[in-house]
Amino acid sequence: MAAGFKTAEPLEYHRSFLKENCRPDGRELGEFRPTTLNTSSISTADGSALVKIGNTTVICGIKAELTVPPSDAPNRGYIVPNVDLPPLCSSKFRPGPPGEQAQAASQFIADVIESSDLINMEELCIEKSKLCWVLYCDIMCLDYDGNLLDACIIVLLAALKNAQLPEVTINKETDLAEADIQKKKPLKIHRHPVGSSFAVFDDSVILVDPTAEEESLSTALLTVVTDEEDRLCAVHKPGGTSLSGEKLQHCINRAITRNKEIRKLVDKVTESTKTAK
Amino acid sequence: MSIMMELDRGCSNLREYGNEQSLLSKPDGSSTFVQGDTSILAGVYGPAEVKVSKEIYDRATVEVLIQPKMGLPGVRERAREQCARETCEAALLLTLHPRSSVTVILQFGSLSNCQLPSCCLNATCMALMDAGLPMSHLFCSVTCAISKDGQIITDPTALQEKESRALLTFAIDSVEHNVLMSSTKGSFSLQELQRCIAISQRASEQIFQFYRESVKR
Repeated sequence: MAAGFKTAEPLEYHRSFLKENCRPDGRELGEFRPTTLNTSSISTADGSALVKIGNTTVICGIKAELTVPPSDAPNRGYIVPNVDLPPLCSSKFRPGPPGEQAQAASQFIADVIESSDLINMEELCIEKSKLCWVLYCDIMCLDYDGNLLDACIIVLLAALKNAQLPEVTINKETDLAEADIQKKKPLKIHRHPVGSSFAVFDDSVILVDPTAEEESLSTALLTVVTDEEDRLCAVHKPGGTSLSGEKLQHCINRAITRNKEIRKLVDKVTESTKTAK
Repeated sequence: MSIMMELDRGCSNLREYGNEQSLLSKPDGSSTFVQGDTSILAGVYGPAEVKVSKEIYDRATVEVLIQPKMGLPGVRERAREQCARETCEAALLLTLHPRSSVTVILQFGSLSNCQLPSCCLNATCMALMDAGLPMSHLFCSVTCAISKDGQIITDPTALQEKESRALLTFAIDSVEHNVLMSSTKGSFSLQELQRCIAISQRASEQIFQFYRESVKR
């Protein structure tokens, strides 16, 4: 009977739960879904990680390539993130070129990398104007159940921490690059940005970590990215209904708590891979 | 009718704005918006026919298309389109026109990238007004730059933008002066964010006043 009500009046169905201050999946309004993380998932990539936030599953693979630095920044390498939403993850994505959501997510991740100073790009440069690393980060969603942006940021951070790059020297005689695969060094991560997404329901109620259903019924979405020093790296609210100052404040406080939880998780996983080796 | 206004260089320090409406004959509504060196031309078609695959049974479908001055639209334009589209969807009364489409086309007129997202949203709002589409509130957009020494500058020039530590763009609504859209680059503290929002809300009053005067002419 509940299933019939849910299909016919999804908004009323969700409202009846919100009246009791909880959600259809039994969570509180401010509760995140259980998050699990796994690194070194892809053996052929230089760094990889897989994250599950509830049902949302996102995997990231990092491939490092050598290239000539761009002429407007000759002493810096660069990172190219790409978010892919294949038809596998949800019936609302059709095969073909990346849709708007995937492109907007890719742009968001690129902005977060730049804003948070995640990696010092100058450390990716091997020789000025001649050789630098370019890190291609392919983020693919395997199961879409809402909260894509948070999952992408966590998986990117974990994959970069997992990544090992070989030492590259330039042979003075041949002027060619030589990569020593035996000697691999991890990347130095300066900042640990973590995102928290919120959905505004009915212009008044704020839900943390929305599922795909909650996202489709919400009137606005907000993603706040904080780093370990409680500085804000991104406050991303792409339109939707307005949000008052105090609600925004409340969301940011929740994001700061979430940052600590996720950092503990990422550190735990990184430590366990180190001891396993 | 074109209007150039030298806005009061008071606490918000906004520079010259320019706006011209109804300049194109084919779109239902059109407007240019000039902010400093950046100019954008917006055209609105709607309510019009919608493809069956895109139609929504109880609301109008909003589409935003952004064309840069040079080259083809890329990933950055898609992200801006998403922001503009969701801001319009919240402002327009879409349930009055079910199974139809509202298309907003934005053409960048200048190569200057300064305050681009703000200018896009302001041009969009003026074009929607010119098209006569029913809206529950108007919106305007303000850009704040936080310089390296912590000073907050509204309406930054291209040079100030490049040298800033953070760049925040907000869309403010005309009824309750709350934040409709927020897009940020760079890192900043919570206090700086709150100060920027307060400053943007004050600056939005001037822009709404400008909208009123443009429409009166």
